[in-house]
Amino acid sequence: MLVYLDNSATTSTAPDVVAAMLPYFSEQMGNAQSVHSFGQRAKAALEKARRQVATLIGAAPTEIVFVSGGTEADNLAIRGIAEASGQRRGHIITTEIEHPAVLATARALEEQGVVVTYLPVSRGGLVDVAQVGRAIREDTVLVSIMHANNETGTIQPIEEIGKLLGEAHAAGHTRIYFHTDAVQSVGKLPVNIHSLGVDMLSMSAHKIHGPKGIGALYVRKGVRLGKILFGGHHERDRRPGTENIPAIVGFGTACELAGASLEARMSRIADLRDYLERELNDRIPGVRANGDPLARLPNISNLSFEGVDGESLLIALDLKGVAVSTGSACSSGSLEPSHVLTALGLSREQVRGSLRFSFSQYTTREEIDYVVQVIVEIVDRLREMAPDDDAAGVRNASAQS
Amino acid sequence: MYSSKVADHIANPRNVGELDDPSGVGDVVNEVCQDRIRLSIRIEGGTLAAARVRASGCPPTLAAASVLTELIIGRQITEVQLLGRTDITSALGRLPAAKAHCAVLAIDALRNALESSGCEPPDPGATSR
Repeated sequence: MLVYLDNSATTSTAPDVVAAMLPYFSEQMGNAQSVHSFGQRAKAALEKARRQVATLIGAAPTEIVFVSGGTEADNLAIRGIAEASGQRRGHIITTEIEHPAVLATARALEEQGVVVTYLPVSRGGLVDVAQVGRAIREDTVLVSIMHANNETGTIQPIEEIGKLLGEAHAAGHTRIYFHTDAVQSVGKLPVNIHSLGVDMLSMSAHKIHGPKGIGALYVRKGVRLGKILFGGHHERDRRPGTENIPAIVGFGTACELAGASLEARMSRIADLRDYLERELNDRIPGVRANGDPLARLPNISNLSFEGVDGESLLIALDLKGVAVSTGSACSSGSLEPSHVLTALGLSREQVRGSLRFSFSQYTTREEIDYVVQVIVEIVDRLREMAPDDDAAGVRNASAQS
Repeated sequence: MYSSKVADHIANPRNVGELDDPSGVGDVVNEVCQDRIRLSIRIEGGTLAAARVRASGCPPTLAAASVLTELIIGRQITEVQLLGRTDITSALGRLPAAKAHCAVLAIDALRNALESSGCEPPDPGATSR
């Protein structure tokens, strides 16, 4: 049996999405900037997709800028604000658990003289809203805090932070722009830019059964962004380059599908996630769930298996046809432990023994039953193989259970 | 990422456990990553008659520990003393460069086990291959 439980890394492109995209590779191949009929049909498809994306998050279509994905959206938001505010000065607030697309961008700006505050998180991975308030300085221009974490699924109090920044503005502080990376939450939670109170929001198609290589940045009307790419005047002069119409059409379709019966779909996924966690906890000693137990996405379960190396578990699972990830999928080439789980205060061993299971609408209960069965076997084998004093505790517990 | 031989040793580790009456035991830890291999061996009449291994850590460490036992059981001690890192990596097909230290750890475990059994350690030149 093949079971794909790495949907936070990427999802399969939905058949309806592929079908919607196909004509735009061939007969509808026009450039949306062309004035002839081919171009106008491409333009119509582009604007329809823009409406579909905007509808999913409660934005106006003119506030959607299509980009190549979540990484570019994060770069455009953060560097765009820094550019508009004048390079080599200003202060940005973010957190220690952001995606590398935000962290690396912030570090690059630090090299140029921007000051960055990286807020810590609680044991559950939550940002303290009051701490955001205390971090604000006179020259703070931007706060960038992810909506939901890609490794743990923990959901940040974005709405409260949005209110806090609004209050700071009302009290006389120069406007502090608020960006959130919502790549993991869009399509998993109801996301509305008005209730969140954000000025910019990053999205990616391939996390919601759309194609890879396309995403969007929501930019609230009136927000001035500097440029990070130079070229033509596409996307209301915010992102040059010929629009990738097939991918954009796929993204639009994926957004429409994601918005349909969202809560029922996610409730079913949360039930599967809870079932997996319950079964593993009942059948394997020394399993610990990472992240906040309440403020969490329905589709991610991050678990640490005591006395087991996550990569060994991952490889052994892969050999049984089960795909999961350990640490952050984007960091798996590095030997460093997950910066997210480290920021949560997990011990080195807990970080090392962590696996992320991420579900999709296509995940079935039969698949979870199979995954539980093989994990029980593999953890038992790996613990059996470990030197005695490394695994004695869990092995003895296992013998009693 | 890993060869089919590494995968096979992960799925079916060989000679796991600990000998009841070993001639020697090598128990080594990589201080950087905390990977660990514990090898027990029994030597009879100049031959490495039996070996059992336990290991914890990343996949190549488990595979290196497992394949090590296949390389040493039934061999003359004089042959075993000549084994080096590249014998481990060759037996596993290949290892990513960043994981080469796992093969070194297996050879270190072997060396310690031989030393604790009173044998001369493996040829240092051989282990640096």
